Amino acid sequence: MTKDLEKIRSGHKLLKEWDYQLKPVDKGYNMRTLYVNISDKTVKEKSVSEEMKMTFTGGKGFGMKLLWDGVTPETKWDDPENEICIAAGPIGGNTNYPGSGKSLVVSLSPLTGIPIDSNVGGYFGPYLKFAGFDAMEIQGKADKDVIIYIDGDNGKVQIIEAPFEAVDSHVIGEQILDLFAENEEDKMNISSVSAGTGSDNAWIGCLNFSFWDKRRKGVRFKQAGRGGIGTVFRNKRIKAVVVRFSGLNGASTHPADLATVQKIGLKLHKEIIALDDQQCRMRKVGTAHLSEIMDEYDLLPTLNYKYGSHKDAPNISSEVFYNEFLSKGKPDGCWYGCTMACAKVAEDFELKTGPYKGQKVLVDGPEYETIGGCGSNLGIFNARDVLEINFYCDTYGLDTISFGTMTAFIMECWENGILDKEKTGGLDFTWGNAKDTLELLHQISRGEGFGKIAGKGIRQMKNYFEKHFGADRKFMDDIGMEAKGLEYSEYVTKESLAMQGGYGLALKGPQHDEAWLIFMDMVQGLIPTFEDKAEALHYFPMFRTWFGLQGLCKLPWNDIEPADNAQTDEPAKVPEHVQNYVDLFNAITGQSINKEELILQSERVYNFQRVFNIRMGKGLREHDAIPYRSVGPVTVEEYESRVERYDKQLKEKAGIDPAGLSTEEKVKALRKFREDQYEQLIDAVYKRRGWTNNGVPTLEHLKKLGIAFDEVTAVVKKHL
Amino acid sequence: MAKYLKTYPEKCTGCGICMDVCSETFFKEKNPLKSAIKIEPQEGSFLMTVCNQTCRLCVDECPVQALTINPAGVVLLNKNKCIGCLACVSVCPINAMMWYEGAHSPFKCIACGKCADVCPSQALEIVEEG
Repeated sequence: MTKDLEKIRSGHKLLKEWDYQLKPVDKGYNMRTLYVNISDKTVKEKSVSEEMKMTFTGGKGFGMKLLWDGVTPETKWDDPENEICIAAGPIGGNTNYPGSGKSLVVSLSPLTGIPIDSNVGGYFGPYLKFAGFDAMEIQGKADKDVIIYIDGDNGKVQIIEAPFEAVDSHVIGEQILDLFAENEEDKMNISSVSAGTGSDNAWIGCLNFSFWDKRRKGVRFKQAGRGGIGTVFRNKRIKAVVVRFSGLNGASTHPADLATVQKIGLKLHKEIIALDDQQCRMRKVGTAHLSEIMDEYDLLPTLNYKYGSHKDAPNISSEVFYNEFLSKGKPDGCWYGCTMACAKVAEDFELKTGPYKGQKVLVDGPEYETIGGCGSNLGIFNARDVLEINFYCDTYGLDTISFGTMTAFIMECWENGILDKEKTGGLDFTWGNAKDTLELLHQISRGEGFGKIAGKGIRQMKNYFEKHFGADRKFMDDIGMEAKGLEYSEYVTKESLAMQGGYGLALKGPQHDEAWLIFMDMVQGLIPTFEDKAEALHYFPMFRTWFGLQGLCKLPWNDIEPADNAQTDEPAKVPEHVQNYVDLFNAITGQSINKEELILQSERVYNFQRVFNIRMGKGLREHDAIPYRSVGPVTVEEYESRVERYDKQLKEKAGIDPAGLSTEEKVKALRKFREDQYEQLIDAVYKRRGWTNNGVPTLEHLKKLGIAFDEVTAVVKKHL
Repeated sequence: MAKYLKTYPEKCTGCGICMDVCSETFFKEKNPLKSAIKIEPQEGSFLMTVCNQTCRLCVDECPVQALTINPAGVVLLNKNKCIGCLACVSVCPINAMMWYEGAHSPFKCIACGKCADVCPSQALEIVEEG
């Protein structure tokens, strides 16, 4: 290792060094951001004005604002002026309230061409903040591979040419610690962002944010998965962004009222310790607990979202992962002080394929989305296979959600004869073929064969298959689970109209972080009318956007609930936790917002992002369209699998007597009904959100929110 | 090996001298909020809350390994490593990891025995087992 390190160091060439003045965070803010241009090697700080702070709050809000200023309507994802912005938020980095260590990453996505935002754990965002910056933006493109190093102990930023470091994250993650940490104990003070060789070749690249696992003495990662930011990162020829900060303590955010921050945090810690075992078991199995619940409610995506359950689903339940693979009895927080501790890990996992075959590695996760996407959706019901796919996606810097959903699409194309061995270069995509799924991953990493085509995601594959294989476009549009160019995350939405909207109307594309309304809508029947659903599709996306403004994780909001939550007026909102957030924000920043102003903070950024989408050519009603597979049964086979349910709906909801109709006719009739419902839902949601019927925020609404800046109104005026 | 402060609630008179001695030793003031042992009236007797050094859930929970077990079996907090998250306070099943509002770190009994030395009713004793 020492020899390797010497070689790696010998390749380092300092391209730029910039000194800055260290100063402590004040009430959650630094009031400055870091700008790094790796084309011309400009490094500078930009001050944050009071107006920027009050308008954009922080986190993703700051990222969106910086990105807006950095690009033009013509900017493409691989243009040098595209940026990667990383930010914590004012609450980010406190060590008292569980889930306070998130980084928000913003960039123009290769998949969608519009802003993507991704919320990720690990230590980077908080350390960047304590190093002195509320956000950093990276612009430009390097000629050769570089590392950007931010030394928050000594007030230095360096751009270093780095030819010999590895690209795959599990290797470079360790190398970075060996290069930049002074000793074993010092490793906790270093965090890196890296991608992988998959990001070099695919458009579904993700970023890995590191944290040092003191107990297991290994580097761990959380992924900024969605939208291909890893691809942008490698296109800029960045191998890693590294931050150092030592001296973390409970007051590092310098809150206005430390005692209140501590009290609220302690209250939630106690709630988690007392109730998690009876509720979601996040401390024990993490988000994996969802796989059995989703299977039970017919929501677990199976065989490219055709179905919502499968007889073999118990083979990939959380109990299997827990009993056979997961490390037990050691807390797994991805940031300090998170007692929810859901970042699970399989230790000493021996790889059976690929370039690291035979190595024993740590596999972070599996998260529910990976189990759904790379397990059931592909017909792979083997926990070990899911973990191997999970590991390689992570280290290659590939999003497990996009990879799972796009491979499910490939498999259904295979089933329907659109693909065969000749077209895939010998790969066999029969449902459940884990071996060739892994080989596809390795091809993406090597930039070879069918992997090169597939790695660009479903939208590009549809174009390619139509052009080169003469495939039926309409069928592919129906079954290809993407919207705005982004692959769906892992829930079946056919029986929840509100959730169809939750995905279709999500600004970045179909990700569930804006709204998850399936139980409210489908199981509990709490939002029966279009207006009810529209209200939910206003409140919840706004509320959840707030986590991204603050550097917070969503999970401690409603994956743990107070014992008396069900007796409150609005259990779905978890009122006590909403009040916690209001109190926490006020205690850190010294401001005095209430829960309505909390929503207003989000609404400003949310509407700004919608206008940003329009500015980039993709924020209108036509772009909120969704594939029919997410709405109802595309095929006869799907219809017949749940014939009683669909017949009943035809009769009771659509007023059509299914008797005497062929299944094809019933599929058609149900489709007409459901597609019309979706359009009516969109009408209601746009109205509730203060948008025109074409999805454009009105001038009055922008003025009311205080974001009617000239360049914002100039974008919407063209569409009013 | 486990060294700990053993309590005898049936002998306790609730005089509170132990809390005075403890807070004076570690915080230089007489303040029951800053004592690692707590004496509270409870149904005609006294509830004596202090770490028994045995379950060690706090040691497992600490994200920075600021809590360790010394050779005598006593759980110690290294305040230089502590990041003040208070996870240990929440995980303690007997509420013996102490903290007062605004304190950067929690604190706990380290079985020094000063309280046992002054207890007028022999309700406290340092015991070594194993």
